[in-house]
Amino acid sequence: MGKVFALKSLSKRFGSVLANDRVSLDLHQGEVLALLGENGSGKTTLMNMLFGHYLPDSGTIDVADRDGILQPMLLGQPQIALAKGIGMVHQHFTLAENLNALENIMMGSERLTALRRQTARGRDKLNRIMDETGLRAPMDVPVGRLSVGERQRIEILKALYRDVRILVLDEPTAVLTPQEADALFENIHTMAAAGLSVIFISHKLREVLSFSQRIVVLRQGRNVGELITKQTNETEIAKLMVGSGVSLADREDVTPGGTVLKIDQAAVNGYSKRDTLQDLSLEARAHEILGIAGVSGNGQTGLAGLIAGLKRPVTGSIAVDGQIIARPSPKTMLKAGVGRIPEDRHQEGIIGTLSLADNLVIEQLDDPAVQRFGILRRTEIKAAAHQRCADYDVRGPGVDAEARLFSGGNIQKMILARVFEQNPKLILANQPTRGLDMGASAEVRRRLLEARKRGAAVVLISEDLDEVLALSDRILVMHDGQLTQAKTRDRATIGLLMAGTAT
Amino acid sequence: MMDILNILMSESFWAASLRIASPLIFGVLGALLCERAGVLNLGIEGIFVAGAMAGWMAVWLGAGLWGGVFFAALAGAALGLLHGILTVPLGLSQHVSGLGVTMFATSLSYFTYRTSLPDVTSPPRIEPFRALDIPILSDLPFIGPVLFQQTALTWVALGLVGAVWYIMSRTPLGTALRAVGDNPDSVDAQGLSVYGLRIGAIVAGSALMALGGAFLTMSAFDAFFFGMVNGRGWICIALVIFASWRPGKALLGAILFGAFDALQVRLQTEVGALVPSQIFLMTPYILSILALVVAARRADYPRALLKPWFKGQR
Amino acid sequence: MMRIEPRPEMTKAMLISVPILSAIASLVIAALPIAFAGADILQAYREMFNGVFGSVFAISEMLTRATPLMFTGLAAALAFRARLWNIGAEGQLYLGALMAVTVGTGYLDLPPLMLTPVIILMAALAGAVGMAVPTFLKIRFGADEVVTTLLLNFVILIFVQMMLEGALKDPMGLGWPQSSPIVEEAMLPTLLPRMRVHSGLILALVCAGIAQFMLSRTVWGFRLRAVGENPVAAGYAGIPVNRSLFTIAIVSGGLAGLAGMSEVVGLKGYLTSDLSPGFGYIGIVVAMLAGLSPAGVVLAALFIASVFVGADSMSRAMGVSSYLADLIVALSLLSVLIGGFFTRFRVIWSTRNRRQSP
Repeated sequence: MGKVFALKSLSKRFGSVLANDRVSLDLHQGEVLALLGENGSGKTTLMNMLFGHYLPDSGTIDVADRDGILQPMLLGQPQIALAKGIGMVHQHFTLAENLNALENIMMGSERLTALRRQTARGRDKLNRIMDETGLRAPMDVPVGRLSVGERQRIEILKALYRDVRILVLDEPTAVLTPQEADALFENIHTMAAAGLSVIFISHKLREVLSFSQRIVVLRQGRNVGELITKQTNETEIAKLMVGSGVSLADREDVTPGGTVLKIDQAAVNGYSKRDTLQDLSLEARAHEILGIAGVSGNGQTGLAGLIAGLKRPVTGSIAVDGQIIARPSPKTMLKAGVGRIPEDRHQEGIIGTLSLADNLVIEQLDDPAVQRFGILRRTEIKAAAHQRCADYDVRGPGVDAEARLFSGGNIQKMILARVFEQNPKLILANQPTRGLDMGASAEVRRRLLEARKRGAAVVLISEDLDEVLALSDRILVMHDGQLTQAKTRDRATIGLLMAGTAT
Repeated sequence: MMDILNILMSESFWAASLRIASPLIFGVLGALLCERAGVLNLGIEGIFVAGAMAGWMAVWLGAGLWGGVFFAALAGAALGLLHGILTVPLGLSQHVSGLGVTMFATSLSYFTYRTSLPDVTSPPRIEPFRALDIPILSDLPFIGPVLFQQTALTWVALGLVGAVWYIMSRTPLGTALRAVGDNPDSVDAQGLSVYGLRIGAIVAGSALMALGGAFLTMSAFDAFFFGMVNGRGWICIALVIFASWRPGKALLGAILFGAFDALQVRLQTEVGALVPSQIFLMTPYILSILALVVAARRADYPRALLKPWFKGQR
Repeated sequence: MMRIEPRPEMTKAMLISVPILSAIASLVIAALPIAFAGADILQAYREMFNGVFGSVFAISEMLTRATPLMFTGLAAALAFRARLWNIGAEGQLYLGALMAVTVGTGYLDLPPLMLTPVIILMAALAGAVGMAVPTFLKIRFGADEVVTTLLLNFVILIFVQMMLEGALKDPMGLGWPQSSPIVEEAMLPTLLPRMRVHSGLILALVCAGIAQFMLSRTVWGFRLRAVGENPVAAGYAGIPVNRSLFTIAIVSGGLAGLAGMSEVVGLKGYLTSDLSPGFGYIGIVVAMLAGLSPAGVVLAALFIASVFVGADSMSRAMGVSSYLADLIVALSLLSVLIGGFFTRFRVIWSTRNRRQSP
């Protein structure tokens, strides 16, 4: 089959980080290619250059025209990529939530100077596409009110509406249950058979093996190998990805202790489904990791908010170490011995323009080790920061540098230092390895297991099912604000619980 | 009590309300365009002054009334371009840039006026827009005197409400503008220019704001006074929130406000002896604060408002 | 083709040079309106300089003008650091002045040594209330404090006019709407004989010193900076965001109230409705030029005061409209804003053609 595009030696640098280093990659017509690599390996950057969001520092891109002949493409402009038939479904959806699906899909396809929108024509074309591909979504509801799965289908329809011949999908299954992922790829294979060329980005080995025809592996910004899916296996791919064998974690057996956290029939009000809980109960015990599996958006934010002290239960109660917390707040939870690793380390975890040393003490501003009579003890703060960075291997431009200058992995290590140094009884780990490379992820998981061994109770909320399976002693599945105990460790069963279709 | 009812039923009251509302209609529409696209334009107060001065000065120098309207809009557009460049591609603080534009526009207008007319003791006057007496229509009972004896500029304002509504809801441009104020990434991913849309909205919106100022010197009054804008720009900012960023509600809000203002003027003459005049003077501003408090937690708040967006950062 | 890249570090030198360059830029650009007015540019600059530095009296006038600007500059700087947009310093200033005139004109029968501190305290309190209300509306109802403080300025000014024509009117003022004079002994002493510069300046400098210390070395200042930079993370870490905003509002409003007090009890001696030619708003420019640092506010206030006093003197000598001063101040705000961009980003010109290969 002929090639539909050829990326030639693309490089891109962001400041001191070389995100892509002379990467070359081809895609053939009707192919389903997986672009695999761990977090930070440069996959999204590469595709963003293809789509025109980023301008490469060097290298070229040839795209096949209607006759199949490869022509060089003008770089750095999404409208050129769209004109050439390239469409991208981003990991973070690019939809305007105040508009409905039809408006989102048609936007950009008509001239801005036109006096009328041709909604009837647009609707007809969309209906035709929905019939052909089997992808359906409501057209006239503001996108803000739709589920994540519906939004993703709208994103794909958006690309198809623009008559794309090449479709790029960035981490498409991150927000889907295993069953939904299967359905999605069935649709994709149907479309590929009809001539669409697809490239999907993933960091999950299993998924790549299940759904692709060919795999290209990126490591540290370089193309380190191409494999035919049918002819390879997990070990071989993993070796290319990290340069060595992979083991997720070593969990020893430890006997669980007494109950540390008890949430009793708590209801939490939220703005949407993502942070609403109804009648939720759970118990976490010392020496135990309780894993909360589930697709993001089913109430995990509400649960995390409850444990972190950000939200108060409208009914029900939350108790730590037997004491009911009457008026939960971040401060009271901290005092009660709860350590929290936030989901979004940049938004919730650090104050970017304050120094690293300052960020290490933001949760302990009342502590006599940090201040005396309200005046900060700067020398002690700095000394403690040096110690923490050494103990937790935090690397970067120095403790007095602004926290935002540190890499994601190092920021997470700083947060771990902040949490673990207080010897918390309960640790809330919310998506602790999201966006981290394998090395940093392994370190985080190791620390969580260590804390468990020392006696802490850990509540692990993660959308990475493999991680939950590897680390947790007990697993609960979250769906629609409710928790269900997972009685087996079978992925398919848990997948059904995640979708809420099992009893 | 009877007095208030009498006032509310009189044609002159509603005619005055519409007249007072007209500059606010321009201002609210202008602010609506900017904020729907995601940018707060606190330069509005200064742009009102600039529009008032530029429009008046153009007429004074012989450009004719519609020439004055043109130059006022041009002044507004230029100031809008300044604010747009500072806040969109450079991503600087929208608050500070807006206040800077207000200070710059006000001081430049006052300086230019004073330097051009140094020796005048009372502000010189021009021939303003006259009431448009449309033959048969203005003889209709009640709505005749209210609607059909307003000046041409009021008609422009009313027409613009319809135009803005149509553009926002029925054209591809309007869809893109509404999208860019919610999630600029959505616009970028569809191949449209976020910078272009936002700057365009700010320039157009600022031109409208300037027309609000021009109304003061070319329709409501016939001369330029220092301090004549007197906070109308800020009131428009409050009214936009009250109007949920919708043109129809914007018109309603402006007319309601105009009615309140007209009412307090009339009430002053009725009860002026008992209540100090200043209480009445305060009511427009207090009302605006109340409108803001009531309407503050709106669901229609443009999600991307006040957040700078940079090309190539995902 | 132009590309914008974030700068990894900001040196102290860069941070200081931006306001200085902005100040210079605004003075240079002022040549244009001076030329438009038909005046000799160099002569105008000379007159401005002499108007500020030409005599001890001139310098004293400049310091007198700088005093309220230091207070309102501090008010804006501290509030803006916490992302609390206090545009209401003008109104809070008048509240402070109003309170000073209410308690200081003979209503309270106290020995002067006690009266002056009481006036200072009460004026600060009045200003504090003036900012506490909009902040409460923001916290409780989400009402944007930019607009509420702005609109409140108008309300307060009208209220002052009402008071001056009514309850606070000076019975011996020949019918003018002005207040009774402050009790002689309670007035703030002047610093130099036969000059107008008064000890309000000392108070302002002390406030600046305390503010600088509090901001950089105390837990309170830490919380303020945290809340201003990232309120979400600050709240997550257990910092009481709303309570912090409230204390900052009270301090900011209080400082603005002191500005009004200082003008009445140190300079004028009584209150009229034109007490402030916009000190509250200009304080915002002072704060921005100072990079929101209390120590910088002192220097920026001196600069802005020099611009006003210099332009006034030049205007009298050469007939150029004194609105030139407001224009220069506005230009310096825009310059410092643009200059701030260049400390955070750098512009790279690349000659690389998009189409070709390397």
